[in-house]
Amino acid sequence: MIEGQPFFDVGWLLDNLDQLARRIGEHLLVTVIAVVVGFVLSFALALLIRRYPPLYAPVLALSGVLYAIPSIALFVLFIPITGLSLLTAEIALVSYTLVILVRNIVTGLRGVPADVIEAATGMGFSPGEKLWRVEFPIALPIIVAGVRIATVTTIGLVTIATLTGLGGLGYLIVNIGIQRRFPTATITGVLTVVILSTLVDIGLVALQRRLTPWSRARGG
Amino acid sequence: MDFLGQVWAWYTDPAHWTGSNSIPLRLWEHVSLSLVAIAASLLIALPLGLYIGHTGRGARLAVGISNIGRSVPSLGWFGIVYPISTGLLHRGGIGFVPAVIGLVALAIPPIVTNTYAGVADVDPDLREAGRGMGMRELQILREVEVPVALPVILAGIRISVVAVVATAPLAALVGGGTLGSFILQGLALDHQVRVFAAALLVIVLAVGTELALAWLQRAAVSPGLSGGDASGAPMPP
Amino acid sequence: MSSSPDPSAGRAGAVVALEHVTKTYARGSAPAVDDLSLTVPAGEICVLVGPSGCGKTTTMKMINRLIEPTSGRITIDGDDVSAIPAVELRRQIGYVIQQVGLFPHLTIGDNVAVVPRLLRWPAPRIRARVDELLELVGLDPGTDRGRYPAALSGGERQRVGVARALAADPPVMLMDEPFGAVDPIRRDRLQNEFLRLQAQVRKTIVFVTHDVDEAIKMADRIAILQRGGILAQYDTPDTILANPASEFVERFVGADRGLKRLSLGRVRDVPMLEPVLVHVGEDRADARRRLALTDELDYALVVDDRERPLGWIDAGDLAGSGPIPAEAATPGAPTVEPESTLRDALSAMLGSSVQLGVVVDDRDRVVGLISVDAIGEVLRAPVRGADGPLHPVDGAAS
Repeated sequence: MIEGQPFFDVGWLLDNLDQLARRIGEHLLVTVIAVVVGFVLSFALALLIRRYPPLYAPVLALSGVLYAIPSIALFVLFIPITGLSLLTAEIALVSYTLVILVRNIVTGLRGVPADVIEAATGMGFSPGEKLWRVEFPIALPIIVAGVRIATVTTIGLVTIATLTGLGGLGYLIVNIGIQRRFPTATITGVLTVVILSTLVDIGLVALQRRLTPWSRARGG
Repeated sequence: MDFLGQVWAWYTDPAHWTGSNSIPLRLWEHVSLSLVAIAASLLIALPLGLYIGHTGRGARLAVGISNIGRSVPSLGWFGIVYPISTGLLHRGGIGFVPAVIGLVALAIPPIVTNTYAGVADVDPDLREAGRGMGMRELQILREVEVPVALPVILAGIRISVVAVVATAPLAALVGGGTLGSFILQGLALDHQVRVFAAALLVIVLAVGTELALAWLQRAAVSPGLSGGDASGAPMPP
Repeated sequence: MSSSPDPSAGRAGAVVALEHVTKTYARGSAPAVDDLSLTVPAGEICVLVGPSGCGKTTTMKMINRLIEPTSGRITIDGDDVSAIPAVELRRQIGYVIQQVGLFPHLTIGDNVAVVPRLLRWPAPRIRARVDELLELVGLDPGTDRGRYPAALSGGERQRVGVARALAADPPVMLMDEPFGAVDPIRRDRLQNEFLRLQAQVRKTIVFVTHDVDEAIKMADRIAILQRGGILAQYDTPDTILANPASEFVERFVGADRGLKRLSLGRVRDVPMLEPVLVHVGEDRADARRRLALTDELDYALVVDDRERPLGWIDAGDLAGSGPIPAEAATPGAPTVEPESTLRDALSAMLGSSVQLGVVVDDRDRVVGLISVDAIGEVLRAPVRGADGPLHPVDGAAS
């Protein structure tokens, strides 16, 4: 910190609101891509596991190891192949969402009571109708709980992705704050990440309540 | 020379094994920084978690701290701590202290949460049985609550240790050295071999730590207790 | 066996006395236990029973100071418990709770050894004591000592809980619904086992239950508490059943208290009738003549060559002459043992056409007959028990 400089420079913040908005936009875009792609892949994996249950154990073991890989390492690992690109970062981010989402989707679908499935079969639902109209809605609270964790986690991780030149709020924390010894930017970045995580989490809870009015505020 | 060959060459280059930017030195920085941070967080978090779990006092505080702790990105801790500590210490370049503080802040919440939750979840009948047989409060804690909660407590410590080892590379940003220095240097110089080689080292170190702790955890828990579970994993470090 | 002391030669029970004990949880609220005075004689089982909220558990926990009384005095062999440091006191009082509370991280042996270790007994003494106790409660020290609680059945866990409470040979044991968490069949077995054990160790036991039948079965004396911790009656089970002190007690013990009293009596306590025994292969005329000699019985009992009962036969079936075949007996004579309760005997007899029970010994040989009338006599008789009821003490401990 440079002598005489205030710990938090409100003037800088007001002057740079446009940059803050842009960084938030970048941050959210990277996050949304990771969560959406991660969700689609996880759902496909979960359906595969539902079809072939023995797959679950190795998938869990693999994801346990994956989760232990430091994010900074995973972010840079694919640079030799995919370069300093969005794709490189998304590979790492999506990998982490898979760890969380596959487990929650499988748990959610497995938690659907057998008698409910039997009743649906008895009423003549086709396997596809059963999945979409019975099992998926009942599993939704647990699935949304997974999406919440995955999203909040991803928002945190994207700050590190800034090291590979992706921008986002990590740019304020590292490139302006730490590297230029300017705490205002760091604090702005960190607080924005925390607020963003909280708001997105609250939003997802609200969404879940709308989607599953029969299970008030459960899951998570 | 193919890419992996270059990586191998980087590892085996004698120049990378001596001096102020050598693999052994960076590894030592990494390990010592991690050990100091873990020791400090255990000293703070374990007594706090045990106290909250045994007495039930301050549980809300613990949950609040850990929730905030989880939503602050690991990088954020360095970002917050660095300006404060350099301001207090009036030193610009030495990053060991802010690096330790950042890692401690990161490591405390899982240990506090798991220790508190593990102890608080011990079957009240066991506590009552111990008290009824004439155990003192500290004896109940030491001989009943801690051993019974051990799987959960160890799970929390394991999460924290792995998080510390995995986040230590980011300490390079605040002058903490570690294997992360190679990654930052490589990124700055667009030297992909160095980035990749260092990333592999970091991965081996973190995954190795995780596997070693998993083994230790199994070995340390009484066979009378079937495996407990962690109460919530934080974001990947 | 080993040179370790026989547990039956250990410390026998001590007198536990409560004097005007009151417990009020919050200032100004109604007391949970109200001016309670009772004395448990050494070596007896006192069962505290009553509806929920009657303060029975609170009363018990005040004895080992898990709960401190608001006023009044509790003594063990005359020593005021409040003068003994709580931790020290508890190490001298066995404690068994409903969920047993075995420490899951310790082996069975280490669980039993908890209090001896707290008391810093030398290791060889602890080891000998653990094995002795496991044997005493019917477990095999060799195989069970090293097992963990998770590997035990509910009944085994309960036995380990009792062994653990007995470990330091305490003169007093507190048991809080100790058999409440096991199924009725196992509970019955555990209760019997425990009564046999108590006959050896003669501890003073304060036993809490909400189950009147369990109270009647286990108790030397029952203290019936009513809501607000008021002692409604304190007496032997037989007296309480025969002469309930109040309408509350009468309702609490149930409308079938007459039948419950029957479960206190044993077949051996009732005068038996001499049966007319007829052996298979015996001549009909002989048998007929002997049956005619008695006017108490209309039936003869056919037995095999080892005196085991086969069934009844009446004078009509004995008409004519020649050897009596085994098939001539009408099967269905209910057999009871001298140790059977009168309640079980009555129930068996009511189910048979001839309302007589055949009392047999442990080799199924006929000992005598018991009649429904004889059991009825017991119900009409005054309260048994020579020592008489022990009423709550007033003032100083007796």
